[in-house]
Amino acid sequence: MASLLSRFCRKLALPGSAHGSRMTSTTACGSETVKSLNLYSAINQALHIALETDPRSYVFGEDVGFGGVFRCTTGLAERFGKNRVFNTPLCEQGIVGFGIGLAAMGNRAVVEIQVADYIYPAFDQIVNEAAKFRYRSGNQFNCGGLTIRAPYGAVGHGGHYHSQSPEAFFCHVPGIKVVIPRSPREAKGLLLSSIRDPNPVVFFEPKWLYRQAVEEVPEHDYMIPLSQAEIIREGSDITLVGWGAQLTVMEQACLDAEKEGISCELIDLKTLLPWDKETVEASVKKTGRLLISHEAPITGGFGAEISATILERCFLKLEAPVSRVCGLDTPFPLVFEPFYMPTKNKASSSSSLSSPSKTHIF
Amino acid sequence: MATAFSATLPLHGSSSQENRLLLPPTRLPPPPSSFLGSTRSLPFRRLNHAHAARRSPVVAVQEIVKEKKPTNPLLITKEEGLVLYEDMILGRSFEDMCAQMYYRGKMFGFVHLYNGQEAVSTGFIKLLTKSDSVVSTYRDHVHALSKGVSARAVMSELFGKVTGCCRGQGGSMHMFSKEHNMLGGFAFIGEGIPVATGAAFTSKYKREVLKQDCDDVTVAFFGDGTCNNGQFYECLNMAALYKLPIIFVVENNLWAIGMSHLRSTSDPEIWKKGPAFGMPGVHVDGMDVLKVREVAKEAVIRARRGEGPTLVECETYRFRGHSLADPDELRDAAEKAKYAARDPITALKKYLIENKLAKEGELKTIEKKIDELVEEAVEFADASPQPGRSQLLENVFADPKGFGIGPDGRYRCEDPKFTEGTAQV
Repeated sequence: MASLLSRFCRKLALPGSAHGSRMTSTTACGSETVKSLNLYSAINQALHIALETDPRSYVFGEDVGFGGVFRCTTGLAERFGKNRVFNTPLCEQGIVGFGIGLAAMGNRAVVEIQVADYIYPAFDQIVNEAAKFRYRSGNQFNCGGLTIRAPYGAVGHGGHYHSQSPEAFFCHVPGIKVVIPRSPREAKGLLLSSIRDPNPVVFFEPKWLYRQAVEEVPEHDYMIPLSQAEIIREGSDITLVGWGAQLTVMEQACLDAEKEGISCELIDLKTLLPWDKETVEASVKKTGRLLISHEAPITGGFGAEISATILERCFLKLEAPVSRVCGLDTPFPLVFEPFYMPTKNKASSSSSLSSPSKTHIF
Repeated sequence: MATAFSATLPLHGSSSQENRLLLPPTRLPPPPSSFLGSTRSLPFRRLNHAHAARRSPVVAVQEIVKEKKPTNPLLITKEEGLVLYEDMILGRSFEDMCAQMYYRGKMFGFVHLYNGQEAVSTGFIKLLTKSDSVVSTYRDHVHALSKGVSARAVMSELFGKVTGCCRGQGGSMHMFSKEHNMLGGFAFIGEGIPVATGAAFTSKYKREVLKQDCDDVTVAFFGDGTCNNGQFYECLNMAALYKLPIIFVVENNLWAIGMSHLRSTSDPEIWKKGPAFGMPGVHVDGMDVLKVREVAKEAVIRARRGEGPTLVECETYRFRGHSLADPDELRDAAEKAKYAARDPITALKKYLIENKLAKEGELKTIEKKIDELVEEAVEFADASPQPGRSQLLENVFADPKGFGIGPDGRYRCEDPKFTEGTAQV
């Protein structure tokens, strides 16, 4: 898996392969030092840069002082002091509400929710306050400085409450942005963009990749634009759309499908809300088939939104129904995780990915 | 402001400490409904030491507890002593075996061990009957064991086997037992407290409205970190308002993963939050099972008589890290050593032997018996089968056909399309 991931991640470093990627690091700007980092180190670097460049930015959450349970905040408290990087008591609602207040007064609050499964007490504050602050104050106040970081997704042994993917709940809220990186290099750029974006952002980090994903990450300050999807693998037979850790699984499925002569186009959505409809639409108009995959349960997952939108826009160009390979409609199981997860086998054998010349084989 | 805990803590020996009952000084107005409130006001007891003097908010918890000579020389009989000892040894051996099994890869997930805190579980739960309810946190193996769930069932649940108490669905953090009224195992801190409050309301309702003979109490265990969470305060309010037969037990082990209680709480003396809501707040040395038991007795009697909730803060300590994945680097070695010297099991052993309630030989027999029990539990769990795939879709809803059974009458995961992800679920 690690070798596959490094192969997958190395692809992104080649400027030619990434369509629509506007990373500033690819333009020649003198000596660009890169370092091989894993996801939590890349996020750590991003936080260091964010705090360095804005003296009114703060990082807080549960256990961030010593570095956080996933080590994303190591070194911040020592470098920037306990006034800017501090632990909060165990109260998600209070933490996020507190962050909203800070943001409303013009500060940049980077809130850490220890695990995305714990974000629900804060859901009220995010939906009812953060998302509506600018709107209901008539643009007098806004909490654009708020960024909420939460590790999400399956990790192999997380069980009910350390594996959930709650992105669908937040994608239903106008007023906030939802961003999910797929690799260390993306994570650093997207996190810096999210922190500096003038809207509140919920930033989900795939916790499975914290140590697993290793990539060459530029050391300087760079941002990756939000709401721009990236085609990370060009193809002509079918479009696959995903985000976060699921892309590595889909990459595997693409490789398997290639052996059968199916050319797959893989798109990383990066920002789920507001999402880049144009890129996906253009791709589906080219290929005629769409497969969406995510770890969250299938009913009401974000794949449904993508499916409905593409159907509206590309109906006449579709050669097959849009298929979704997602988690099952059960609470995230402990022992049954391998059955629940949308594995590459499930993706490969889904009717969309089977060879176009054959009829539905399964 | 952040003081290192060990620097300010005075060393206390094994002499007994006073458990103070602090009650609110004002009378509460009688609420309109006769069921949801009592017209009797809470009794007012005058306190004769000047602890109410203003002092710095950050104080070592032990500084405020005073010495008191026990009036009755022996607090327990021999039988009770042996029962307590056996329960604590069971808790300790079981947790040690859990650690072994985890490092051998037999169980997975997040496992949180209870070593060092056994006095709280034993002290409270051994006073309860089978129909009393217990609600716990993710550190719930020993609560389940004390309540009567068999070691086999708990170990199988940890291994994820179908013979576990929840058929392997939940794992370490979700120990439920309908038979023993163990209402779980909550991975999320503070989530259990409202559930316990609801369970307490049920027993009060049964007694006062349905006129059944029901004096069940509910005991809710949670930690110091939870006391900064909104749900805790909401439930203290509701429990006091409705005078529910519930005991809120705070297992204050001073650390919430890596956050020191003293640094994250404005007033670290949690017992004081009880009177603010209109219920007694008690602080007790949680490393001494006999003291915990004395306080628990009073609290349970209070609840059974319908006098309402109690908040008990037990000062205790976990000898291991937060979970088995925690390297436990943050805590001061001196602090750990101090509490290791107050190990509740050695303290009880010493008490039993010194007061001639039991001989070494008897205690050794108990230890041996428990060792065999725990080993047998491991063997049982090893030999048990894993749950079948059909269990994945069971119990999502009440009606299995609503979800888990396909139109052909079979469970959906028996459908060959299931693993391929193409079956309609």
